[in-house]
Amino acid sequence: MAIREEELYRKNKFPIGWDGKTLKQMRMEIDEISRATGHYAGLKELPFKEAEPIRYEKIFSKLRGGVVHARETAKKVAASPIVEQEGELCFTLYTPEGDSIVTSTGIIIHVGTMGAAIKYMIKNDYEDNPGIEDGDIFCNNDCQIGNVHPCDVHTIVPIFYDGELIGWVGGVTHVIDVGATAPGSMTVGPVTRYDDGYQVACRKIGANDTLFKDWLIESQRSVRTTKYWLLDERTRLAGCHMIRDLVLDIVNEEGIEAYKQFIREVIEDGRRGFINQVKTLLIPGRYRQVSFVDVPYKNLDVPPYAKVDTIMHAPTEVIVHKDGKFEIDFEGVNRWGWHSYNATPVSITSGIWVMMSQTLIPNDRVNDGAYYASQFDLPYGSWLNPDDIRTAHSYAWHFLVSAWSPLWRALSRNYFARGYLEEVNAGNANTSNWLQGGGYNQFNENHAVNSFESAAEGVGASAVRDGISHAAAIWNPEGDMGDMEIWELAEPLIYLGRSIKPNTGGYGKYRGGSGYETLRLVYGAKDWTMFFMGNGYISSDCGLMGGYPAASGYRFEAHGTDIKERIEKRLPIPTGGDPDPDNPQYETVMNAKEVVRDKQSITTETIFENYDLYLNYLRGGPGFGDPLERKPHMIEADLNEGHLLPRFAESVYGAVVYQDETGTYKVDVEKTAQRRQEKRRERLKRGVPVKEWMKQEREKIINKEASVQVQHMYASSFGLSEKFFNEFKSFWSLPADWVLKEEELDMPTFGVKIKRN
Amino acid sequence: MTVYDRKTIEELIDGTIEFYKLKEMLSNFKDRDRFDKYISILQERVPWDDPILLPAGLHLYIVQKPDGQRIVKCDCGHEFCDYRDNWKLHALIHVRDTEEKMAELYPKLLAPDPQWQVIREYYCPNCATQLEVEAVTPWYPVIKDFEPDIDTFYTEWLQKPLPGSKG
Repeated sequence: MAIREEELYRKNKFPIGWDGKTLKQMRMEIDEISRATGHYAGLKELPFKEAEPIRYEKIFSKLRGGVVHARETAKKVAASPIVEQEGELCFTLYTPEGDSIVTSTGIIIHVGTMGAAIKYMIKNDYEDNPGIEDGDIFCNNDCQIGNVHPCDVHTIVPIFYDGELIGWVGGVTHVIDVGATAPGSMTVGPVTRYDDGYQVACRKIGANDTLFKDWLIESQRSVRTTKYWLLDERTRLAGCHMIRDLVLDIVNEEGIEAYKQFIREVIEDGRRGFINQVKTLLIPGRYRQVSFVDVPYKNLDVPPYAKVDTIMHAPTEVIVHKDGKFEIDFEGVNRWGWHSYNATPVSITSGIWVMMSQTLIPNDRVNDGAYYASQFDLPYGSWLNPDDIRTAHSYAWHFLVSAWSPLWRALSRNYFARGYLEEVNAGNANTSNWLQGGGYNQFNENHAVNSFESAAEGVGASAVRDGISHAAAIWNPEGDMGDMEIWELAEPLIYLGRSIKPNTGGYGKYRGGSGYETLRLVYGAKDWTMFFMGNGYISSDCGLMGGYPAASGYRFEAHGTDIKERIEKRLPIPTGGDPDPDNPQYETVMNAKEVVRDKQSITTETIFENYDLYLNYLRGGPGFGDPLERKPHMIEADLNEGHLLPRFAESVYGAVVYQDETGTYKVDVEKTAQRRQEKRRERLKRGVPVKEWMKQEREKIINKEASVQVQHMYASSFGLSEKFFNEFKSFWSLPADWVLKEEELDMPTFGVKIKRN
Repeated sequence: MTVYDRKTIEELIDGTIEFYKLKEMLSNFKDRDRFDKYISILQERVPWDDPILLPAGLHLYIVQKPDGQRIVKCDCGHEFCDYRDNWKLHALIHVRDTEEKMAELYPKLLAPDPQWQVIREYYCPNCATQLEVEAVTPWYPVIKDFEPDIDTFYTEWLQKPLPGSKG
């Protein structure tokens, strides 16, 4: 009898979609009609918007205001400074099929990732098992389902009206620890999925608006920072429920049919708006650019197959089609690797929308409409579309942010050519270093840290003015470096300084925004480890139209210092920054058993004792235009405000400088003009016709004269793309039999031969 | 509809625009006549008469020659090549591929390591202006940055005749 009742219950319950359809049927229908007509949901007209534009806008404003309000309120529930200080959260409303309608401010990359998780649940018949009911709560942080890296945890709640599913709301926060092999949320040590930490694959974690007890117990036993985990979850849930209530209020006020029509039209409206923006701001054609990032793993403490020095490669071609469609092709990108910097398609496409919302579509209409107006070509088997479930993703951002930097350059060439100079941006900083680690903190709690100071890096220069210094990060349009006092509460690391880092912004007629650095003293910690995560051997941008790339990175750490004794004796100790690594100053006021200053800017866990030092150096943005055209008064300001070390005023800008009686730097305008003429003559003297230089470079290629990491990068790109290989050979006029394969290099090739289609 | 006077666009080009005016331009709807004003100011400033079809970068233009050719030209008057070719292949290059050459630009440890990455500077062979910089791995092909579809841009998007044409 009990079995028959259950069968009856299940039969009556499903389907939950509109008009007796299952969610899967709805998903398929939307895809088919959108593809066939070229309009979202087949909407060639927008009858609601056209007939009642004010009512239509009123609904949009209520929803947009509501999701932003929910985000701001939920932010206050959080305890983690990552959420509360940096605003690392966002909320998005979806259609029943998982297409985004409207999103809040914040880390809006998750417009796409949470949509991917919803689509995964639909595809995998969650409607049937485990069931989707009013009051349910779902969680996802699995990258291969829909995420950037596991520390971005999703809470997803369905919205029902009169027994029908009318949508979903998703909330995401960046949590401080996910129980990976090392403490911190984006660790370096993982080289496979199995090291990445706690991964929840679209799991039902609550019903009747209540979290399951077994979930609460298991999730808290799986991470180091249980208090933050719990409060972050409350944050997400509070926001989701606020938005669910808002949607139901709107439905009650406007009627369910109006709401259903609205959510379709607003996405088609978004698609049309995007094409309109493309035609307003861009020029049809093809734009090519590239970026790189270093993976210096040969000497790291990782499994033997991961001990490889290599370079990640992101060649991109932006194609602006005649009809306004926008395409980004990553042909030539190289293979995924045994490191945690692999990305998934949804993270790269969604991340591009984060960038676009700061330039091409700078408004509140960020929804799946833009996605339907675009095309992405993401080669299978590459680091941005791995063909192996074992790949690690815990610090996918290491290259994602750098892989988007060339896109700024592509768009900026368009803006420049059309005269919209105010929109030009030479690119974005590689947002590092990431100070991370953990152990027992100053409160004797098992703790992890992830300093989000990196939410404030140098912005790329524009064609009108310098980039903004220590101000922003591509991944969080509202980023902030946070208050030192808050970080000192969260981390057993005292600030000994926070200052501008000279020479970090790329030089140019307009320079990139400068980065900054903070010196931290370990204090009150036990069993404490930390690591570094940034670009060191490579600068991942180029600069634009004659501007230089931003500086690359390095690390400074000191162990076994005598700072405790020096404080007791009231002797000077290291404070402030490390402005000129050619002339190190910390060592003049400190003795230490070990001081490390080198280019290995990615490290695995190192033990830090109390009174050890860690320098957190945040990067600058790239420059725009020929540095010899920089205005003298701007060079004076750079020198006097600490953005530039004096000896580079001449070597980079051709400026002749002196200090007046007050010690203020001045530029001699007349002598500078003369010096710049000399420098131009020097350029003509040292410059070689490109076609002559190509002959020398060709010989090096034929003889395979390049470091193993450079050769490895090319070999893995060649292995994935015959087109890229042929274009390379053709450009350099290489002999027909010239090849370069990973197998011929003196390094492990574990995993190379697995190619799935 | 948003419209800016010619002086404002000149201030923008010269980098002398007042901050709040610039901020307003960033936040506001775009002015549809910007391209026309911009090109006419640039044309007025160059010392030659070939009509500018499109700026190809700072100091670089795609211009229409009397014989119908479209070429990439520096504002100093140096002519590089057909616009469908890559102008960088006709420039001078200086490659910073040693620590010494990098040290002219960056303090120790702040420069890329030449074993991983080099910096290529492209100069105009006539006026020696640094027109582009590439920070790439050794062996990287010279990047062709820009391949515009000028005809579609003018005739379909701007719906106006190309400069120098009879239409």
